[in-house]
Amino acid sequence: MAAEPPSTGLAATRSSRATRWSAHALLVVMAILWLAPLAWMVVTSLKPADQAASASLRLLPDPASSTVSQIVENYSGVWNDEAVQFPIYLRNTLIVAILSVAGMTLSSAMVAYGFARIPFRGRGPFFALTLATMMIPFPVIMGPLYVLFGHLGWIGSLKPLWVPAWFGGAFNIFLLRQFYMGLPKELDEAARLDGCSHWGIFWRIIVPLSRPALAVVALFHFIYVWNDFLAPMIFLTHRDDFTLALGLQMYQSKSGNTPWNLLMAAGTMVVAPVVVLFFLAQRSFVRGIAAGGGRE
Amino acid sequence: MEPMLPESGLEGRNRLRQDLAGWLWVSPWVVGFAVFMLVPIAMSLYYSFTDFPLLEGALWVGTDNYRRLLGDADFWLTLRNTVIFVGVSIPVCTVISITIAALLNRSRGRDFFQAAIFLPSLVPLAAGAIIFSWLFNGEYGLVNRVLATVGIDGPPWLLDRNLALPAVIVIGVWGIGQAVVLYVAAMQDVPEQLYEAADLDGMGPFRKFWNVTLPMISPVILFNVITMSIGAFQAFVVPFMLFDRVKGGPDRVAYFSTHYLFDNAFAFDRMGYASALAWVQLLIVLAFTGVVFLVSRKLVFYRGS
Repeated sequence: MAAEPPSTGLAATRSSRATRWSAHALLVVMAILWLAPLAWMVVTSLKPADQAASASLRLLPDPASSTVSQIVENYSGVWNDEAVQFPIYLRNTLIVAILSVAGMTLSSAMVAYGFARIPFRGRGPFFALTLATMMIPFPVIMGPLYVLFGHLGWIGSLKPLWVPAWFGGAFNIFLLRQFYMGLPKELDEAARLDGCSHWGIFWRIIVPLSRPALAVVALFHFIYVWNDFLAPMIFLTHRDDFTLALGLQMYQSKSGNTPWNLLMAAGTMVVAPVVVLFFLAQRSFVRGIAAGGGRE
Repeated sequence: MEPMLPESGLEGRNRLRQDLAGWLWVSPWVVGFAVFMLVPIAMSLYYSFTDFPLLEGALWVGTDNYRRLLGDADFWLTLRNTVIFVGVSIPVCTVISITIAALLNRSRGRDFFQAAIFLPSLVPLAAGAIIFSWLFNGEYGLVNRVLATVGIDGPPWLLDRNLALPAVIVIGVWGIGQAVVLYVAAMQDVPEQLYEAADLDGMGPFRKFWNVTLPMISPVILFNVITMSIGAFQAFVVPFMLFDRVKGGPDRVAYFSTHYLFDNAFAFDRMGYASALAWVQLLIVLAFTGVVFLVSRKLVFYRGS
């Protein structure tokens, strides 16, 4: 995906250069607009309360008041809040994320292998049905799921948030199946001649070759779990089980007078891991989105 | 499907073994699909014909819920709000994301700008909602601080019935990064010869965009419009947190279907009625998608067809 060189020669008239420059200027404005909310969140989180809630436009915090001890005070104030226990929510979120991502990646990979490599009877219709489930909005089934999880005794535990992931997800199955279809079948056949079973082919050939695709699935599912709000709100009943997204909502609505600097510090703590992950795996994100939408 | 030939001996047994292997490999999803999709949908359909307070169990009431729904002002209010939200935000998001993608497509430093636009789409909606409730704060919000520098006395955005919905839409626009990435990828795939041919025809940049780029990326537009709409029909977290003091915002202009469904199921303890709402919502989404597909037949251009 190398950037194309700007067209030269005949096309590079004065007017097209002007167009290019204005396009570039527009992009700079857009980038600023899109990043400003995040920047303002971080900046606010560094200020003392009275300066956060003032009408000044000062972009960078005043070094005289936003001292290291002020910043530490803000963040430790959030972290050690008595009513809203972020350390516990972080632990819960990580538990759910790890269990859910592991289950989702493994089971989707296996199911995708079945769809991509074994021509069993009923495969076509069942795959079509799988794609159709992507159209079903979660709110439509959240009530019955609550009843169902209640029968299973899962309400009041973290199970509703991670156990279903071990049975795969339609979109991820679709994504991985598309990827497997692109792997040469000759590899499987050679392995089969060597006496490899499906199990052996899957683990020794498909999984190693599809590592980038598996990473995409794991990455997006992690983000999904980290950001999920409605399901935790419905299925979690004990405060000790809450996740970070829920904690943020509790922190927002807990008192009459929201201290904006602390609220933004809480927001920064929840957003920061996502941003770090993005910078570590930027290419996987872009590739994953292109793979999901491009092959309609 | 393959024709069923009469099977005998080894062939038949191999065939059977292959079927068994296939279903074994997809078995996790068979269970997941049945237990976490099919069963809840069936349960939801059954509940929608019952009166069902969670602790007391379901009691069959026939079509009562559906009839009640027709005369329920809150149902119509939330449906109307949701339709307005989808109807405004999808065109706005589509135009803006295609425009940004077109700017990105040929620009220098594309990776940086694309990353800047894309990043907010990963931010948890709960965090996005509190960030924007701060930006739109009437007294100290950044938006009004900026407006004050040019002498405009900014309104209390989230308390104004005419500005509350636009605020929710702005947050949606902020999160269009994934659509932009898809559009850029699609634009990169447009064959260069088509632009060269358009150059020979003397087309300017805007006509080239209209006559070449848009038709070529139209399948991706269809994909994005459908996925975005399904998402927008479910909007919940952002209005829920943005208007945490006054449910649904001023005059409840941002009280959406999913929020009403949630209230009925879990706050008003009317699971039966909530299930009827859920089915109506499902049918609306399916009908909407069907209409979009029908309309798209005339508008979407598929290469090789």
